[in-house]
Amino acid sequence: MGYGTYVLKRLLLIVPILFGVSVISFGALQLLPGGPVEAAFGTRANAELVEQLREQYGLNRPVYVQYLDWITDIVFDLDFGQSIRTEREISELLATSLPVTIWVAASGALVSVIIGIPAGIVSAVNHYEPEDYAATFLAFLGLSVPNFFLGLVLILLFSLYVPIFPSSGFVSPLEDPVEGIRHLVLPAVTVGTAISAVVMRMMRSSLLEVFSEEYIRTARAKGLSRALVTNKHAVKNALIPTVTVIGLNFGYLLGGVVIVEQIFAIPGLGRLTLTAITTREYRVLQASLLVIAFMFAVVNLATDLLYAYLDPRIKYD
Amino acid sequence: MTDTETDTTDRSTPPPGAALLATGRRVFAESRLAMLGLAITLGVIVTAVFAPVIAPYDPTAQNIAEAQLLAPSLEHPMGTDQLGRDVFSRVLYGAQLSLQVGIIAVGVAIAAGVPLGLIAGFYGGYVDEAVMRTMDVLFSFPAILLAIAMVAILGQSTLNVMLAIGITYTPIFARVTRSGVLSVREETFVDAARAIGDTNASILARDILPNVVAPIIVQATVSLAFAILAESALSFLGLGTPPPDPSWGRMLSNSRNFLQTAPWTAVFPGLAIMVTILGFNFLGDGLRDTLDPQNETEQGGSI
Repeated sequence: MGYGTYVLKRLLLIVPILFGVSVISFGALQLLPGGPVEAAFGTRANAELVEQLREQYGLNRPVYVQYLDWITDIVFDLDFGQSIRTEREISELLATSLPVTIWVAASGALVSVIIGIPAGIVSAVNHYEPEDYAATFLAFLGLSVPNFFLGLVLILLFSLYVPIFPSSGFVSPLEDPVEGIRHLVLPAVTVGTAISAVVMRMMRSSLLEVFSEEYIRTARAKGLSRALVTNKHAVKNALIPTVTVIGLNFGYLLGGVVIVEQIFAIPGLGRLTLTAITTREYRVLQASLLVIAFMFAVVNLATDLLYAYLDPRIKYD
Repeated sequence: MTDTETDTTDRSTPPPGAALLATGRRVFAESRLAMLGLAITLGVIVTAVFAPVIAPYDPTAQNIAEAQLLAPSLEHPMGTDQLGRDVFSRVLYGAQLSLQVGIIAVGVAIAAGVPLGLIAGFYGGYVDEAVMRTMDVLFSFPAILLAIAMVAILGQSTLNVMLAIGITYTPIFARVTRSGVLSVREETFVDAARAIGDTNASILARDILPNVVAPIIVQATVSLAFAILAESALSFLGLGTPPPDPSWGRMLSNSRNFLQTAPWTAVFPGLAIMVTILGFNFLGDGLRDTLDPQNETEQGGSI
């Protein structure tokens, strides 16, 4: 099977997944006693008003009709409906919070690379030396510290004791680069630390694998220095699986972003989701779940395709 | 039929229990990390079990008038919180809650995921497709988000938290079990069992399951860490174990308002989570190295 066929097959495979995701995001709401209107206004809501709203939002129709209506509006018009409580367009809410979440996730991924890749190289080059053990231990520590604890510790140290970075809020780096980055540093480190541990371990093991390859031995035998061989030949090849591991951990990254947005009061998708839960705005919840799962599925697909493209040895099956 | 009994003894390989015990001994002899992990994990278990004996105070006893937000001292080794409750006692009881939620959640995931994986891998075809594609869909939500959404739907209670985390981790166990089944399905001893007329159920339970136990154990250990983390995260977000039960995550969440004046209310529960997770991670990693060697990527040389 060629790469083109593989791409096509993967693209087709994502369709049933997205369908399932949409059914779950939609169907979850149906399990609620009373339905979305009662959920939004409470059980003491005026029965007449509830009926009127159910009529207005088409909630008295059969469930599958509601689902089809919901999903076709989204697919064809990007129309997610209105928030029952605030009557705001949900697509507007998503449009303002999605870029924020992408900023936080991307800067978290950046932090994981900045910490993880050099640490992995140091670890592999000094295989089974103290540096290796130290880096591995730190990686375990990074994996084990809950992001909500790390976030609080960072706020304590760098916002309260030594006030360098703000402890809450978001400024778009496109509008104000300096303030934007200042606001992103602590959230990015909070999200990125655990992933950096994964990146470090992947970089270490793939670099070790590359070191055992023939062409590296040949390069060393030709008399090229260790540093040159590491930097020019080995690192480049070890980066492929390492980059992939970031993609594979995107779900973990997104989950981290949900929590970090809550800690640092960042108005992204995670905060939108959690607010939707506490205010019982289930239409917003449906929409944000769908968008997050969609992002996740697309990144997984992109990771697979990129990996297959970068590494020609992969067998497509 | 009377001769089935002799049949079973004839073809049984060493009892799985004994083999498991032997590999268990090997794990801890070979890996210092697993040893450290086991020590930490046992420490947490002992703490949880003996919390009522060790804890100097009732973890829910409030004393706002006299003991609000006291710094750590001899009387209160980890200080007191905003309601005058002893943080040390709460951290100890928190271990109980964390382990309980973690174990039951992982139990739910195993109880649902392992049979699904066995069936999918063994029968293949449409059954496999149907089961695994459903698992893929569940897998398409970031884990913590799926748990958050489920608690939101089911309602907030300790039981629902366990259920939500358990369902979230079901696909992982289904996948691990299925791939284990696929690797032994075509083995001769399975054919042999089939040839002597064993039923599918008996082949699954007696011949296939024992061969996929190792990766499931590894996964269970790692998942326990994640489940404990997930409970803390949910409680931190205000969706986990309802008060007044001392949950590490909620203690951290409450501490946010007093971070500067009473950092001990955050630091100790935070460290408790971290050490517990670290223990399970060490243990899981050591177990993986020995029990599940094909998963090991760390071969290769050095230059």
